[in-house]
Amino acid sequence: MTILGKDLIGLAGLTREQITAILDVAEPLKEISERAIKKVPTLRGMTVVNLFFEASTRTRISFEFAEKRMSADTVNVAAAASSVSKGETLVDTARNLEAMRIDMVVVRHPGSGAARFLAERIESNVINAGDGTHEHPTQGLLDLLTLRDRLGSLEGKRICIVGDVLHSRVARSNIWGLQAMGAEVAVCGPRSLLPNAIREMGVQVFDRVEAAIEWADALNVLRLQLERMQLGYIPSLREYNRVFGVTRARLERAPRDLLILHPGPMNRGVEIDSDVADGPHSVILHQVTNGVAVRMAVLYLLAGNKASLADVAKGGPA
Amino acid sequence: MSNAPSVVLNARAVARTISRMADEILELNDGTDRLVLVGIQRRGVQIAERLAEVIREREGVEIARGALDITLYRDDLQTVGPRPVVGKTVLPVPLDGKVVVIVDDVLYTGRTIRAALDELADFGRPARIMLAVLVDRGGRELPIQPDVVGKQVEVRKGGRVDVFVPALDGRDEVVVLGGGADA
Amino acid sequence: MSAPLVLTGGRIVDPSQGMDAIGDLLIVDGRIASVGGRITGPDGARIIDCSGTVVAPGLIDVHVHLREPGREDVETVATGAHSAAAGGFTAVAAMPNTKPVTDNQATVGFVKRQGEAAGFARVYPYGAISVGQMGETLAEFGEMVAAGAVAVSDDGKPVENSHLMRTALEYAQTFGIPVVEHCEVMSLAHGGSMHEGVISARLGLKGIPGEAEEIDVIRCILLAKLTGGHIHLCHLSTKGSVDLVRWGKDQGVNVTAEVCSHHISLTHEAVEGYNTNAKMNPPLRTQRDVEALQQGLKDGTIDLLVTDHAPHHYDEKEREFADAPNGIVGLETALGVNVTWLLEPGILTLSQLVDRMTCLPAKVFHLPGGTLAKGSIGDVTVFDPSREWTVDPARFKSKGRNTPYGGRKLRGQAVRTIVGGRIVYELNG
Repeated sequence: MTILGKDLIGLAGLTREQITAILDVAEPLKEISERAIKKVPTLRGMTVVNLFFEASTRTRISFEFAEKRMSADTVNVAAAASSVSKGETLVDTARNLEAMRIDMVVVRHPGSGAARFLAERIESNVINAGDGTHEHPTQGLLDLLTLRDRLGSLEGKRICIVGDVLHSRVARSNIWGLQAMGAEVAVCGPRSLLPNAIREMGVQVFDRVEAAIEWADALNVLRLQLERMQLGYIPSLREYNRVFGVTRARLERAPRDLLILHPGPMNRGVEIDSDVADGPHSVILHQVTNGVAVRMAVLYLLAGNKASLADVAKGGPA
Repeated sequence: MSNAPSVVLNARAVARTISRMADEILELNDGTDRLVLVGIQRRGVQIAERLAEVIREREGVEIARGALDITLYRDDLQTVGPRPVVGKTVLPVPLDGKVVVIVDDVLYTGRTIRAALDELADFGRPARIMLAVLVDRGGRELPIQPDVVGKQVEVRKGGRVDVFVPALDGRDEVVVLGGGADA
Repeated sequence: MSAPLVLTGGRIVDPSQGMDAIGDLLIVDGRIASVGGRITGPDGARIIDCSGTVVAPGLIDVHVHLREPGREDVETVATGAHSAAAGGFTAVAAMPNTKPVTDNQATVGFVKRQGEAAGFARVYPYGAISVGQMGETLAEFGEMVAAGAVAVSDDGKPVENSHLMRTALEYAQTFGIPVVEHCEVMSLAHGGSMHEGVISARLGLKGIPGEAEEIDVIRCILLAKLTGGHIHLCHLSTKGSVDLVRWGKDQGVNVTAEVCSHHISLTHEAVEGYNTNAKMNPPLRTQRDVEALQQGLKDGTIDLLVTDHAPHHYDEKEREFADAPNGIVGLETALGVNVTWLLEPGILTLSQLVDRMTCLPAKVFHLPGGTLAKGSIGDVTVFDPSREWTVDPARFKSKGRNTPYGGRKLRGQAVRTIVGGRIVYELNG
């Protein structure tokens, strides 16, 4: 068993030692993607299912690259979450896959807690690729790796997450991951898009993005889901950009060089302006590159960590 | 008696041995042309450095060097430790047509070298691959033989050969532990 | 008619008569014939030694979901009434959110007859406030009361239309029944699946603020004040609600309120790990709320205890948290939970606990029972308040297994449940 155990469900509860172990393994794996033959045989013979109940091009492709570069056999299953309401439950879907003898499941699901739910019920390793508004741990890890690449240690560094924290699994994984690594974390956004209890999670709150920029060493700018406007959380995208948009004009007033992260896909001109996204402070493409390495590291550290049948909580009638 | 650690090469003996190994490599390759030394992480890399140093002194030529981490090419994923360390693989020159000398500290089962050969194949097609090891302790599980050997030591299964290098360990010697020579 | 019963040597606790003493109890022809002191039964009487246990008026739970008609796979009136008897309840009132909705005399009559046929706890049907619980048209209260309904409610959801609620409170006065409201402002609670707080923020689940309940609580109190009608507020879960009810009572409003056993014992921390057996509506809230509810119960602001017994098929709970249905089964754990969290720590005395589990429910809902006075119906619960037991959902008489108390040790368990002089349940019997 490696330090990670059977599954990666979230960064909540992971220790600094565990996160450091993942990042330290990811570091040398970056080189594999630079080779002419971008492949190592580590996971040969292992079958990984990318079980996506929610459309996601980026995360799925990043996982698929990671799996293929580690020589795993991959199968992509795009299941509509609505099939659940048609009768087949998440656990049925997973048990059916497992009956075909698979080794790992990478799961993306619109329900918070879905990855953990699955992990408790199947023997395969489960990697959470985003569950509802809960966690997206590999995104958190790739953000940590990117920040570590640029800032060295994260100890005492100030990172502000800007935007729709309320609905963001990226924000939660970032908060816990950064805190575990000793960073100071703040959030900034309209109060209607911040959880009421956010301060109890040990983060500072900035109502104004200008104040956040003055404080921070790095901004992690979240994607603003366009449907938030229809649901009445904010009046308009235009106003959002005017008040909370990360713009060059605002960055120019920063007292120090800021790093700009964004989990993608970006809404240019809404939460982030193009000249920031494409500008010298942006590490957005670096994040994407690191995403593959981090996911390779997680695959490697989980592979072979099998639960015994007794450890798997069996669902069913009592 | 046989379980006590015994120094089989001290610092001076290591220096002599590496010097001789460098000579043998040059002889086998008929010079330094196309030669690339690739050390296996981590102590193989250190020994490759020292071989390159000797060659620089002898021939006045800087030999291309690389480092190979074979962790991801191992055939025993199930035995990955709790906190595995993956080192860097660095191959600064294309290997096509080169004479690659794999350098490692100890040759035992041959599985590490098998993994190294697999990994090298992912980087190109050398004209020839040779193997140079500081210590050959026998006990092969694969049909792999070294071309250049610093010292042959017979160590029983369960015994250990520890190579200490100054850069990593602050000492410079080869010690056999708990194995003793086969009677 | 069963043989006369003499319960001897028990601690008779009957707050309706201010009684708490060791003594005997005689039931003849389904009615209490004599209570207190030494009683020698008539010839042929069955004598049951009750020493070491409490003999109380039969417990009454005015808030259960028995799922019949419509979801007989999950619970039936018979299995629910059996579960009630096993939990020490001699009577339950069944909510009308069945399929079809119990919003007419035929369905009310059906539920009542199913209860009588089962022969366990008495089953009192609720009628719906609005036709189909759609919140639009008043259901026929008079017809339903004639068929056996004891109260009206759209429980499961609130009556959002304030005009309709006002009308219900006025119209119900003709029949002397309480209007029972599930307090929730849907537009504020929408999409929420647990209490809004730090745990919902951590788990990434949409929260339901306490205010979603409290706004409806004050609305209903004000409408009761306006109309003079009797509003009974379901399953209160917050400190704010307790404060508002206290204000209403101070104003002389005809408001009564109930609290569930789970809301006086568990907090939102039980949801950690996405435990769907801790998912309910209203949700489990904070320790501060739990303590306020306990105090409200103690000082009489909250009148009575209920279970909100809500069985679900295990498949339905075996899923992602937000998609899992609300509710837990409660009939077989309520007494143990109430003893463990209210009696043991000294929040309620034994008399107060009995009062809030039988006397007050009977009084608020105008039900028979809730007393051991001579001549009243022979509904008696014999329980052992110090008996320790471990909750094993597999042994429930209910079809439901969905409980957050599985594996927990509780104190206090029913030993015998007697309905109309007939023993309908015996522990280990």
